[in-house]
Amino acid sequence: MQFMLLFSRQGKLRLQKWYVPLCDKEKKKITRELVQTVLARKPKMCSFLEWRDLKIVYKRYASLYFCCAIEDQDNELITLEIIHRYVELLDKYFGSVCELDIIFNFEKAYFILDEFLLGGEAQETSKKNVLKAIEQADLLQENLDFQICLLPAPT
Amino acid sequence: MPAVSKGDGMRGLAVFISDIRNCKSKEAEIKRINKELANIRSKFKGDKALDGYSKKKYVCKLLFIFLLGHDIDFGHMEAVNLLSSNKYTEKQIGYLFISVLVNSNSELIRLINNAIKNDLSSRNPTFMCLALHCIANVGSREMAEAFAGEIPRILVAGDTMDSVKQSAALCLLRLYKTSPDLVLMGEWTSRVVHLLNDQHMGVVTAAISLITCLSQKNPDEFKTCVSLAVSRLSRIVSSASTDLQDYTYYFVPAPWLSCKLLRLLQCYPPPEDGAVKGRLVECLETILNKAQEPPKSKKVQHSNAKNAILFEAISLIIHYDSEPNLLVRACNQLGQFLQHRETNLRYLALESMCTLASSEFSHEAVKTHIETVINALKTERDVSVRQRAADLLYAMCDRSNAKQIVAEMLSYLETADYSIREEMVLKVAILAEKYAVDYSWYVDTILNLIRIAGDYVSEEVWYRVIQIVINRDDVQGYAAKTVFEALQAPACHENMVKVGGYILGEFGNLIAGDPRSSPLVQFNLLHSKFHLCSVPTRALLLSAYIKFINLFPETKSTIQEVLRSDSQIRNSDVELQQRAVEYLKLSSIASTDVLATVLEEMPPFPERESSILAKLKKKKGPGAVSVNELEEGKREGGELNGGGERGGDNSAIATSNASTPSPSADLLGLRAGPPVTAAAPSAGSLLVDVFSEAGVNDDGFLRDLEPPTESSDSLLAEGPGDSDSAPPSVVSEDPAPPLPESNELLNKFVCKNNGVLFENQLLQIGIKSEYRQNLGRMYLFYGNKTSVQFVTFSTTVTCPGELQSQLNVQSKPVEPLIEGGAQVQQVINIECLTDFSDAPLLNIKFRYGGALQNLTLKLPVTINKFFQPTEMASHDFFQRWKQLSLPQQEAQKIFKANHAMDTEVLKAKLLGLGMALLENVDPNPENFVCAGVIQTKAQQVGSLLRLEPKRASSDVPINRAQQ
Repeated sequence: MQFMLLFSRQGKLRLQKWYVPLCDKEKKKITRELVQTVLARKPKMCSFLEWRDLKIVYKRYASLYFCCAIEDQDNELITLEIIHRYVELLDKYFGSVCELDIIFNFEKAYFILDEFLLGGEAQETSKKNVLKAIEQADLLQENLDFQICLLPAPT
Repeated sequence: MPAVSKGDGMRGLAVFISDIRNCKSKEAEIKRINKELANIRSKFKGDKALDGYSKKKYVCKLLFIFLLGHDIDFGHMEAVNLLSSNKYTEKQIGYLFISVLVNSNSELIRLINNAIKNDLSSRNPTFMCLALHCIANVGSREMAEAFAGEIPRILVAGDTMDSVKQSAALCLLRLYKTSPDLVLMGEWTSRVVHLLNDQHMGVVTAAISLITCLSQKNPDEFKTCVSLAVSRLSRIVSSASTDLQDYTYYFVPAPWLSCKLLRLLQCYPPPEDGAVKGRLVECLETILNKAQEPPKSKKVQHSNAKNAILFEAISLIIHYDSEPNLLVRACNQLGQFLQHRETNLRYLALESMCTLASSEFSHEAVKTHIETVINALKTERDVSVRQRAADLLYAMCDRSNAKQIVAEMLSYLETADYSIREEMVLKVAILAEKYAVDYSWYVDTILNLIRIAGDYVSEEVWYRVIQIVINRDDVQGYAAKTVFEALQAPACHENMVKVGGYILGEFGNLIAGDPRSSPLVQFNLLHSKFHLCSVPTRALLLSAYIKFINLFPETKSTIQEVLRSDSQIRNSDVELQQRAVEYLKLSSIASTDVLATVLEEMPPFPERESSILAKLKKKKGPGAVSVNELEEGKREGGELNGGGERGGDNSAIATSNASTPSPSADLLGLRAGPPVTAAAPSAGSLLVDVFSEAGVNDDGFLRDLEPPTESSDSLLAEGPGDSDSAPPSVVSEDPAPPLPESNELLNKFVCKNNGVLFENQLLQIGIKSEYRQNLGRMYLFYGNKTSVQFVTFSTTVTCPGELQSQLNVQSKPVEPLIEGGAQVQQVINIECLTDFSDAPLLNIKFRYGGALQNLTLKLPVTINKFFQPTEMASHDFFQRWKQLSLPQQEAQKIFKANHAMDTEVLKAKLLGLGMALLENVDPNPENFVCAGVIQTKAQQVGSLLRLEPKRASSDVPINRAQQ
């Protein structure tokens, strides 16, 4: 996979993950172009399209579009299910996820994605294992926050 | 307010995000952001040291601002500081910031790498994973340099935790993709292959991506993975849907891993071991069988996962292309999907069938679905699906169904989406030509194309129809009649006028017997379109008119009147004005004989590959048109052009092109000159006078035919990265700039083909090359002069800048290892497409005792290598010499001789240049004259050379005329 974009029906980018080195300008251009293309498509159309020399696989969940760019030899259907598994992971973690969760906890959305996909390839497809890793991290985090609350602010 | 804020509460962050969301306008948002940026900046710059929590919060805010699309130019240092925090939460945010916002700021990279190094050696798996994620996310070269050695060790160490192994595998994959030369194969490679047997499915899933990528590059080293992959696949395929617990996805066991295993197998030919192969075929059959079973769930996820595996299995079957039974089964399965209610499946089935159509075993099976595919083309609501249907029709087309498919595509064109029209037009044109049995059908088809989608008919298409009509005399009468009828339409496309003008100008006489299409009627018809056309078309029509004067003397006065009218002879367009003046003059002063010779019917075009095919290929990228197709196209195209009937013409090409640009070629703007008839040389000068300018300008093809102006000297002196480039000892991974001496090295080879190109203490590069026509082959010999082996030896040949489109250079891979004292050979094939002045660059990289050597040379490929010597008599030589009088047709240079002038040495040099040295041509015996034709794919350029040595002053003026 070359990159993954999450954007809203209004075209607002909610998450971007790039697995190939590109400059910021190019990233912005690609994003603009793809958001426009995908939003222009009608609901019943197929989830795949050719774009430049890549294949775009996208799916809409409620108000959010999940859009992946894969290479020629990659499998479209399994990519569609990568998207779905990521949605499941978010859903399980946030408890019935909505766009706001991803806006306010964007860092978490990134952490979950990194546990699931790394370098554009599936790292761990088991839902249990991914969530276990994230929850462990949260545990570390909560302990630390607890400490911070107890300690007087440094002067 | 936030719906959930889990884990920690960075309250300030949540408030800030809310604020941004509440902004009513873009301006308000920017104002709020600027306020926040100022605040953060002051906090970072303040005297008071920030605690980790605040630092984390501000860094996180900066990240959010960046993700909104704003530029962030500070905070990197604070993020790097967070990396060395021993609090997980701070470290994590630090890493996230670096992953998202990294730029190759070298100082920072060093600090980042330090932090990563610490975490990697911390033996805390959570920290190790964070560090590995960061490397995988950034994947920069500096990181590869720092960690490419360490990560394989982590990956295969016995005591590494599973989760760390998973991250390490994919981290290494990312580094291998960005810097393959830094990831060295070693004893870890065989242990990586055995990760396919790992008990932990997650480890296998991650490792297989790495193994697949490595296998593609080093198939031999990894070939043991085939049997391991087959047995792993077989275990998954035969497992019950609950066996794999959490790796079962909607009742499908391990779909991701299955797809990846099937993908890995596509890197290799079918297994040789009978047992392994049997087991694999069994797996594939099971997968095909499962597709027929009733679904275990109604959920789309179930069917998607199942079908993902099925499509991957079909890809493998197509890749093997050796099991007729499986191929036909695959085809039937896809046939079912063609009518599936899921658009996604119809799309994929059409796509996959395209590749099946090219297999001899399944071509017929694919053809049985023609009606369904035609129906898809007509009724699918999604243009991307229709596009696939059109692709498939194209792929399944053969002689038996060509008429039906072409007709369907034509009728689809009338309503086709604009986005795919041009491609459809090209496809129709190619199919019509490839499968034409009778040429009237071909002509009808192309004219229909122009009628239906004239705007999308590119020049290649109408050039091609004219080439074919000219080469096939059995269709000329029909073509004339058809274009005449087509032109009757009140509104006809300009491309139709072009084709009509050209064909009637050549073959109007074939229908002139019928009073309804008498010469004057034809002329009036054409001229009625004249005023609606653009300049290039008008120019073409003017040429057609002068041809009419020759064909039909009775039209002479009418046409002369038209030419004489102010709107022609004083046309503000220079091209039109010139044509009008010259044609008028020609028609009034030339005798009928001269007229008949000059305006003779076009000679047949030489066979050539259809340029339409090339265009389609370019449009679709290399994958779209298979090599087979191209070959076939070439073969069939050849047939169409009249096959080998004109074998004897080749010899004529060289001489005729050395003398004149053929006007016939110019008119069509085709790049290779067609052979001219026997009469041409005598009419040569006249042709040049009348047509050379006018003809060349026609249709804006000037640039293709424009003579190259460089003298041989300037050609050699030029080149990117001249002498002030970095010395070769600077070791960088990017290809080094060319060596300062590379131009000089290049000069050495202008007049010779073999020798030593380069030599230093380590390496010697020898060269042997041979050239024929516009093709060349070069053998490079790399000799290791030391007693230590060179490892990761690799070479790349690149064509900088516009050279890319001028030369086609292909190099065979070279052995990555050169033992001490040994020599390896590399073959490079070169095709000259059109004239060029730069030299290709040869970059060589290898490691000698651990140190990277990186040097770039210029490959001694110069335009004169493609000379074909041409003999001619004194009279001819000087006649041609005089014709080449335009400033851009000649170059002269006076230079001092570096050495004493020896006639024999000079002769040898001139012969080495590649031209024919003509004896007894120049009246002054001291002078040397040469002639040759530069052979490029696009054109042939005749060149004449004269060298006048002046002994007294030891100056050697050299005259070189080119055209």
